[in-house]
Amino acid sequence: MEKDTGLLLYRNMLLIRMSEERLAQSRQAGLVHGACHTYVGEEAVATGVCAHLNQDDMVFSTHRGHGHALAKGVSPFEVMAELYGRETGCSHGRGGSMHLFKPEVGLMGTSGIVGPCILQAAGAGYTFKLLGKPNVAVAFFGDGASNNGAFHEGVNLAAIYKLPVLFVCENNLYATEVPSSYSSGNPDIYQRAIGYGIPGVKVDGNDAWEMFLAAGEAVRRARAGEGPTLIEAKTYRTRAHSEGMRDVGYRTQEEVESWKARDPIKMLRDRLLRDHTADEDDIDNVHNEVTARVTDDHQRAADSPWPKGSDALSHVYFEGA
Amino acid sequence: MKELTYTVAAREALDEEMARDPRIFVMGEGIGKRGGNFNTTLGLYEKYGPLRLCDTPIAERGFIGLAVGAAMSGSIPVIDFMMVDFILDAMGEIINQMAKMQYMSSGRLRMPMVLRGCIGIGGAAATHHSGSYYSIFSNIPGLRVIVPTTPADVKGMFRTALRGNDPVIMLEHKNLLSNKGLVPDEDYTTPFGQARIARAGKHVTAVGVALTVQKCVQAAEVLAKQGIEVEVIDPRSTSPLDIATILQSVKKTGRLMIVDDAFEPCGFGAEVSAQVGAHGFDDLDAPIRRLSGAFAPTPYSPPLEQEIVPSVETITKALYDLVKE
Ligand SMILES: Cc1ncc(C[n+]2csc(CCOP(=O)(O)OP(=O)(O)O)c2C)c(N)n1
Ligand SMILES: [Mg+2]
Repeated sequence: MEKDTGLLLYRNMLLIRMSEERLAQSRQAGLVHGACHTYVGEEAVATGVCAHLNQDDMVFSTHRGHGHALAKGVSPFEVMAELYGRETGCSHGRGGSMHLFKPEVGLMGTSGIVGPCILQAAGAGYTFKLLGKPNVAVAFFGDGASNNGAFHEGVNLAAIYKLPVLFVCENNLYATEVPSSYSSGNPDIYQRAIGYGIPGVKVDGNDAWEMFLAAGEAVRRARAGEGPTLIEAKTYRTRAHSEGMRDVGYRTQEEVESWKARDPIKMLRDRLLRDHTADEDDIDNVHNEVTARVTDDHQRAADSPWPKGSDALSHVYFEGA
Repeated sequence: MKELTYTVAAREALDEEMARDPRIFVMGEGIGKRGGNFNTTLGLYEKYGPLRLCDTPIAERGFIGLAVGAAMSGSIPVIDFMMVDFILDAMGEIINQMAKMQYMSSGRLRMPMVLRGCIGIGGAAATHHSGSYYSIFSNIPGLRVIVPTTPADVKGMFRTALRGNDPVIMLEHKNLLSNKGLVPDEDYTTPFGQARIARAGKHVTAVGVALTVQKCVQAAEVLAKQGIEVEVIDPRSTSPLDIATILQSVKKTGRLMIVDDAFEPCGFGAEVSAQVGAHGFDDLDAPIRRLSGAFAPTPYSPPLEQEIVPSVETITKALYDLVKE
């Protein structure tokens, strides 16, 4: 692993983690008005994939999308301001957590509806192919979404048209409180790729380096015109499904602890130090930088102005450039 | 009589009907052991087991299509869909199949099934969790669309749905779920197509739907202090629609306003206006007015969200203006 890459992955995971821990506090303080699904424990997935993407590659995300947005280059300030309902948010306060949009950096939306991101990523892949662009589209989605009809139709369409798409299933073992072992006839989702005639890859979704390598190959394939890849990242969310929601009765404390012991940030840190890719000073510097950044962005977001009520009806239709 | 919340009253109806009729089963996400995202089935899994409280994958089109087949073949499915926004993927199953099945089979098949869950704007839920859509469903022949507003009504109407033979869409406004009210002890049913006078008055008629019934009553209380008596009507079902009760009220008041969170064009208010215009024209002393949600997706941020739905203040002012017209 090169030092730059290792520290970049480390920094981006930490940025997601610290931003979301701040969001969780802010929600308790009443600054977040609607739902807030955190990505804590799953940071390696978005980080490993998005490290290969350029700004004009496109990401289509879910209800659990803060990590995807941040990894794709939306600033913590714009994500926080959005959840705080402010005009400076990436959706100008219109969307909140489940409707983060920043097409300028290829974040094509988080979603309050489970499933459509899979179809939309196929659509972006179609555009890239049609217009001869060298880009790739990525759909992030959960194990729950993989049992929605959109999965079957989207993956098959991308397969038959050989579209430049990554289907990244974040299998965190539960959809809200329903275990994927209950809702999937075969909970190894990557194996479904066989049915569509595309590669299916199983990855340790808590290992940023493994994620980085698997995504690198899928992106290479896509850019080379070889078609889509299904990646199943086995991972786990260590906080409640949604902030403020009950988190007992459907999984054991031992299970949660066993995954916390495999914290993706800690795992990468251990690897960086073990392999002498980076030293403690490097890691401390990243911590200091990210802490300062998140603190500052939170403050600016919390100090930002509210949108004007009179703007509520703008953008329903095209309003000119 | 006993005092129950809206949620508990609906759950009692479900529980009692499931005990009576072994053909009833429930499908939805997290409605088994978890008891439902809105506690709609709390405790029922322990009582009736996993076949009758069936947890589903996130496959709305799939399980609604399955439920259509189940109803066709002799069971009574209840789909607990959480938010109405989530079943839009199943519109083909709902409109082409569920609604038309009795007709297509020349009445040989019955379609006893209930799709139930939440509607409404509020709580910064943003645009994928704020839909109402009763106007859309009410546009479809073959569907019954009910919008109960009180604990007594939700229990009585849910029972009617579960004992009936038509597909019913029961829409529960999320801001009504924790409201409390008196519920009769006996085994009663509340028919569809019979409006309720939520508050009697003589100067102006206000027709609400779901949460706006409550807001209209609150506006009426404000206006009563100024000597204006508002008659508030709760249609309880938008299909069938009890236009007779509305016409009777307009005969008395001469003025009509329809207050509705959902979109105005081609909507519920337009339907009521057209029918009152056709059958109550001579009773009107002023043009019929509508106050609806803005014609826009639902924004997240509280100052934007407040802006796009009728509030007690805007309703009060609009009713006042109408009386002065
Ligand atoms: C069409 C639709 N149905 C139901 C929901 C409610 N819902 C929100 S998140 C969720 C679970 C999603 O599980 P999964 O896809 O595994 O993602 P995770 O939350 O585990 O990241 C459900 C059922 C929804 N948002 N959209
Ligand atoms: Mg999941």
